[in-house]
Amino acid sequence: MAFRHKHILGIEHLSAEDIQLILDTAESFKEINSRDIKKVPTLRGKTIINAFFEASTRTRLSFEIAGKRLSADSVNISGSTSSVVKGETLEDTAKNIEAMAPDIIVIRHGHSGSPHYLAERVGCSIINAGDGAHEHPSQALLDLMTMREHKGSIKGLEVAIVGDITHSRVARSNIYALTRMGARIRLAGPGTMIPAGIEKMGDVTVFNDLRDAIKDADVVMMLRIQLERQSKTLLPSLREYARYFGLNQENLKLARPDAIVMHPGPMNRGVEISSYVSDGEQNVILDQVENGVAVRMALLYLVSGVDAILAE
Amino acid sequence: MAKAETIILNQAGITRAITRIAHEILEINRGGEGLALVGIRTGGDTLAKLICQRISEIEGVDVPLGTVDITMYRDDLAARGSLPVGKTEIPFPLDDKKVVLVDDVLFTGRTIRAAMDALMDFGRPSCIQLSVLIDRGHRELPIRADYVGRNVPTSLEEQIELLFDEDMVPVEVRLIKP
Repeated sequence: MAFRHKHILGIEHLSAEDIQLILDTAESFKEINSRDIKKVPTLRGKTIINAFFEASTRTRLSFEIAGKRLSADSVNISGSTSSVVKGETLEDTAKNIEAMAPDIIVIRHGHSGSPHYLAERVGCSIINAGDGAHEHPSQALLDLMTMREHKGSIKGLEVAIVGDITHSRVARSNIYALTRMGARIRLAGPGTMIPAGIEKMGDVTVFNDLRDAIKDADVVMMLRIQLERQSKTLLPSLREYARYFGLNQENLKLARPDAIVMHPGPMNRGVEISSYVSDGEQNVILDQVENGVAVRMALLYLVSGVDAILAE
Repeated sequence: MAKAETIILNQAGITRAITRIAHEILEINRGGEGLALVGIRTGGDTLAKLICQRISEIEGVDVPLGTVDITMYRDDLAARGSLPVGKTEIPFPLDDKKVVLVDDVLFTGRTIRAAMDALMDFGRPSCIQLSVLIDRGHRELPIRADYVGRNVPTSLEEQIELLFDEDMVPVEVRLIKP
């Protein structure tokens, strides 16, 4: 099947077949990262702008490396050093970027929906690298790639996602993707951090106790406590959070013995995850980062060829 | 309109061609020392495996075998869009190897150009040779095969099809006229 999406705005718009194709493509691209010469000419002459209006290490670096390994020219702009600080609107910034004829704009923005807003206003492809508390599609895809690598298949997996679900775009994208691929999802977190009605998103069960959520789980995904999006009213203290919703050696024993532990990074060690676990045998956190480059290569490649496919 | 199909090679013919190619590869390279086979997906990888088996039967040497997917090296992304990317597996160093590229049908030569670019990214072979089951002409690049199963003059409208059974054994080569 052919990939028919000009933009990657979220997992919500992708079918199971789309996700399958992205993961298969990523798996093929992954081999490039272990070569001596880590570069193929696939996207020669394409220009990719990584516009990050919000802090990022992994995602920005990962998109930049992905573009470069495919021979595209990746250029980065960040919010704090761009004209945004002088008061330029997002639309004006985007139109000015567009005047320099990029093929793809990868955007991270603190406001949910910004990539969608741009997709309606510029001619090139838009890839969402995280928009507010909405979606973070490339993160969910690299998570699924890592699960598939370790577990063989996504279908039927019991995946526990623990933490601040309300503010987590990673959780939202993962719930869409995992549901589409036939996994069962258990959510756990303080009541103030679980949005009402989240069960309606798919095969989702909400637990108030971390231990119930991770019991016999195949995958335990810990979310970062997002101190930047947090108000004090949601959380009495980090110590209390760590005690009730932190993953440690003891409660990890409740999960299946071959369960894998994931975290999208950056980690708050000692808060949502103890160092024993994050550095322990079951952690696949750096596999996630490694797969991130391959998944982003796949996304850049697939949206680049879409004009020819849509013209058919 | 019904398409006219002619069988150019049957299973026995394909087997004989592969046996002859295996002998020629060994003859020209004076044995299997320093040789490596790399099949081009999809089709060439299966043929490379068969040639590799035959060389092992004839000479008693195991020649390293790899596969290359050329999708990342294509020159027609804008025209044909993002085709599925297969896996490239070359689990041995290519440096100073005599590499025989294996493909099913040699046509414009563009696939071979892409495959050679891919090989160069993996190392520096001492030479690259080309083996194809069918050479149908119409080259667009200065590329020729060193080992050919069958030369088949074709028109541009005709198609060549290599058919495999469920076990991926090649059973037939057909020429399809429009």
